[in-house]
Amino acid sequence: MQDMKLDGNAIGGLLREIFAMEMTTAVGTCAHCGAVNEVGRVAVYIHAPGTVVRCPDCEQVLMRVVRGKGRYWVDLTGVRCLELAEPEV
Amino acid sequence: MIRWQFATLAEVVPETPRVSSLYLDVPDWQGHLAGQHVDVRLTADDGYQAERSYSIASAPEDRRLALTVERLEDGEVSPYLVGELRTGDRLELRGPIGGYFVWRGDEQRPLLLIGGGSGVVPLMSMLRHRAHVGNRAPARLLFSSRTLADVIYREELERLAASAHGLQVLHTLTREKPAGWTGYTRRVDEAMLQEVAWPRQDAPDVFVCGPTPFVEAVATLLVGMGHDARSIKTERFGATGG
Amino acid sequence: MGFVSRGFKGRRRDTASSSRVPPGQYVVTDFPVLSAGPTPRVNLDQWTFTIEGEIDEPRRWTWKEFQALPAETVTKDIHCVTKWSKLDTTWKGVSVDALMEGVETAADFTTVFSDGGYTTNLALDDITGGKAWVVYEFDGQPLHPEHGGPVRFLVPHLYFWKSAKWVRGIRLQKDEHPGFWESNGYHVRGDPWREQRYWGD
Repeated sequence: MQDMKLDGNAIGGLLREIFAMEMTTAVGTCAHCGAVNEVGRVAVYIHAPGTVVRCPDCEQVLMRVVRGKGRYWVDLTGVRCLELAEPEV
Repeated sequence: MIRWQFATLAEVVPETPRVSSLYLDVPDWQGHLAGQHVDVRLTADDGYQAERSYSIASAPEDRRLALTVERLEDGEVSPYLVGELRTGDRLELRGPIGGYFVWRGDEQRPLLLIGGGSGVVPLMSMLRHRAHVGNRAPARLLFSSRTLADVIYREELERLAASAHGLQVLHTLTREKPAGWTGYTRRVDEAMLQEVAWPRQDAPDVFVCGPTPFVEAVATLLVGMGHDARSIKTERFGATGG
Repeated sequence: MGFVSRGFKGRRRDTASSSRVPPGQYVVTDFPVLSAGPTPRVNLDQWTFTIEGEIDEPRRWTWKEFQALPAETVTKDIHCVTKWSKLDTTWKGVSVDALMEGVETAADFTTVFSDGGYTTNLALDDITGGKAWVVYEFDGQPLHPEHGGPVRFLVPHLYFWKSAKWVRGIRLQKDEHPGFWESNGYHVRGDPWREQRYWGD
């Protein structure tokens, strides 16, 4: 049996609906274990009522995104800090 | 914000019995980097929609945007893309998407690409791009397929290996050993990676793409061999969805 | 009507609601697997089911004790908020009524909690009175881990996210504490017949 785990690449499009910048190269710090990972390498579960993003090191929830009724609900409490590169001009 | 736009199917090229490349004309395509993907959205006449991601197979320099799609029989989107969609049909997509699983072409470190099945698609974009820009850093592709008939881009890979400087292409077949076959015939294992991968001191850029179990297995082996987990870029695709 | 993908029909679906299919749902014959995290590895030797919170003395059953409780087999329709419904699913397990028998509590609300950290909130009234079960068999077979085995919650009159997989217990509470999905956009009760999918529905 396989877990239905994908990685952060799978939500590049979803995150670009919400954020102005490319997010798979953003670097997040896990609020639970302190691990620092690029969004591209985090664990992602999309076969669920929403999208659940988990720390690849401790498996705790980094981010939850629910889309419905023309709205988004975004929980970022599992991400202590997000570092983004300024877009190249 | 990222917008949906229309592409028109210009040409379909069968790659294997289950895999075809779709060549698309996309007006105002903003260009892409090797390794990026697009999201494709299908809409039924009652408004029902299905959305999937597909890696871009073409190089940034190529005239047309190419997606290479494996038809999953119990899938919902891939049987439409490979089977129903015809030349001249319009297709809604958005992209390019992603910046993590990307090879820009000016890197000087060795390039190690490991693909399972249609996981070769973004790696092919990198190899096509590498040939275009004339990058001379050594490159190796280790490509795992089920059978010889399932090897995507087989002839083009042979041509690239023969003409592009410093590229080696190594195949492994997991369900067949054809007569006269000189490649590997087993799942990717540590002994194979010891032969194919550069030692960690050479600090290769590593890209691994395939189904989730394939990627997990290869990444775990590489880390066990001492490669820095952060130098291994992975892209997984699920067994379900299609 | 905007763009239509010529010839695209999509997964077969019949969204006409009927006396058995709530609005906006379609009927499936397979059993889709939804997953918000890794499937926990459950060691039955260490497994327990607990009722805790607003209760004088927490109640706890080991796997063996739980198996010895009087079981019921029920056949129910289930409705997932991702829009599929599955009719006539058969489950075997213990009713919440049996687990709660004789419990005195001041609680009106509960949180059902699982291995892996998942939680879902339910009014006590929604899980008592023959409305909810803690089940370990589906279709006459031990419940597969991908469907929540060894043991999941079953509360079929609400959307299926309330039927927590890999369930480990019920916390009795005086106040309502929104669970994993209910705290992030999904409806606090989730009645499929009222299409209570999201906040504000």
